Amino acid sequence: MTVATKVRPIIGLEIHVQLRTRTKLFCGCEVQTDAPPNSRVCGICLGHPGTLPVMNRVALESAALAGMALGCEIARFTKWDRKSYYYPDLPKNYQISQYDIPLAAGGTFEFDVDGSPREIRIRRAHLEEDAGKNIHDTPGCTLVDLNRTGTPLLEIVTEPDLASADDTYAFCVELQRLVRHLGVSEADMQKGHMRFEPNVNVAIEHNGREYRTPIAEVKNINSFKFVRQAISYEIERQVAVWEENNDYVIGKASNENRGWDADRGVTEFQRGKEAAHDYRYFPDPDLLPVQLSDETLGSIRAQLVERPVQRRRRFASEYGLSMKDAETIVEHRPTADLFDEVIKLGGPAEIAGKQFVNVWLKHANDRGVAVTELGVEAARIAELAKMTAEGTVNKTAANQLADAMLTRSNCPSALAKELGLVQVQDADATARWVDEAFAANQQAVSDARTNPKKMQAAIGFLRGQVMKLSGGKADPKLVGKLIEERLQQP
Amino acid sequence: MTTRNLDIETVRHVAHLARLRISDEEAALYAAQLSKIVAYVDQLNEVDTSNVEPTAHPLPLMNVWREDNPTPSWTPQQALQNAPQSQNNFFRVPKVLDQESP
Ligand SMILES: [Zn+2]
Repeated sequence: MTVATKVRPIIGLEIHVQLRTRTKLFCGCEVQTDAPPNSRVCGICLGHPGTLPVMNRVALESAALAGMALGCEIARFTKWDRKSYYYPDLPKNYQISQYDIPLAAGGTFEFDVDGSPREIRIRRAHLEEDAGKNIHDTPGCTLVDLNRTGTPLLEIVTEPDLASADDTYAFCVELQRLVRHLGVSEADMQKGHMRFEPNVNVAIEHNGREYRTPIAEVKNINSFKFVRQAISYEIERQVAVWEENNDYVIGKASNENRGWDADRGVTEFQRGKEAAHDYRYFPDPDLLPVQLSDETLGSIRAQLVERPVQRRRRFASEYGLSMKDAETIVEHRPTADLFDEVIKLGGPAEIAGKQFVNVWLKHANDRGVAVTELGVEAARIAELAKMTAEGTVNKTAANQLADAMLTRSNCPSALAKELGLVQVQDADATARWVDEAFAANQQAVSDARTNPKKMQAAIGFLRGQVMKLSGGKADPKLVGKLIEERLQQP
Repeated sequence: MTTRNLDIETVRHVAHLARLRISDEEAALYAAQLSKIVAYVDQLNEVDTSNVEPTAHPLPLMNVWREDNPTPSWTPQQALQNAPQSQNNFFRVPKVLDQESP
């Protein structure tokens, strides 16, 4: 047995993303996940003789838009091909796909792993139709629901540029953010809108030679967590097999398809690639080719929005947000749009960012709605941030104001006056509250002056008492300063 | 004219890919028949196409598409009326083994 000392994982992915359209790729049947079995089917998606498919324009444009956002070149001319496939979930006995001229090719895509930038090349992205569902729970037979048959999918194929399970995880999550930001997919993992097939092998350096294990393709994973687990498992498995047998390398052992068993946390051998299907692609005579003019491509390109990765980085560098807050805000495009608007309307970036996450997003989460659905407009959010930054209201009062703003449409400055929340900057008034608090809490005063162990707690207590006497309106900074001064006096 | 013979092994391979079970006699028969068909189509190789653009479709048409508007689907009863077997509005087929996604 040899011990592998230097191991470099080589990981690429095929991803199927369900595009967000109302109807299927080649017929007018509605795309609906939870419809009763075989109630969203017609002669076209059932592959009945004499029917002809007609392409869905929105699916094509969404796929082109996603291709552009992935940095790909969009083909000016593309066509449809038949991929032979013999399972009852695609009753035509072929899948309509794109073989030699994919809609999009040759892109790069950026993402971040714990704040450091990464890049992956995109080999191609093409449109194809989904298969239906085979249900195997009944003994002795298979039941088939063809509602999903013909649903538009974007298949994205990356180059093997990823070097770890964590990087792959981050890439998959970023891809979900991208397609959601573009609005081309709901990318709901629960509904199977994104399915991943990582291909994994490792380069092992040993005695000045490099050994590469055969490539394992792990089929059909539908969660980010499982992608990470399956890759980690594969890396360990392949290294272990190679350590037992140094002939476990490309050329001597065959590539293989494996399946992820989530219950046992292992991948299982399905078949060697030598037995892989010969798909016998050929151009689909039922469908006409597609030519995309400059004008069409231009109008699709006009729908491109700032990619979430760039937006996050901008929020951090321009607005001074922490990467974590930037990530939280950019997770949802309307939320990020609202925040941009808040800044544009003069919200001071740092305070506005903190308040946005800690106050407004929290309210939204508590209510189970998006922050854009709270009924609080960008202008009022910006004004509250400004009032907080300028010291017109303190933090506690700002929170109370936010509560009021949720139920009333007044501007925060009017509400602050009405509710008596405007911060008192008057030093004399504040000094009187300090005197009162000192008189009423002799023990704390003495601790703060003479007991080093209790000093901090006592000062904090006195500060709280002063704030209470002020009805929450005192400026905490001024209070702190006056308490310090008062403690120095005998 | 060039001729190409399809051997019995190729016929078996293609039959397997298409999930068709064929007898030895059928394999021999189809090998001979398919060889003739391939030879017939092979006549096209006599044409010099070195200066001809590849054709994606015989019709001089492009960009036929429809808007993303739903049209009525069939009812499950209509969808299943020609199915040899069905169960609870599903198509019922012999047990599928070794399932693979396309
Ligand atoms: Zn249909």
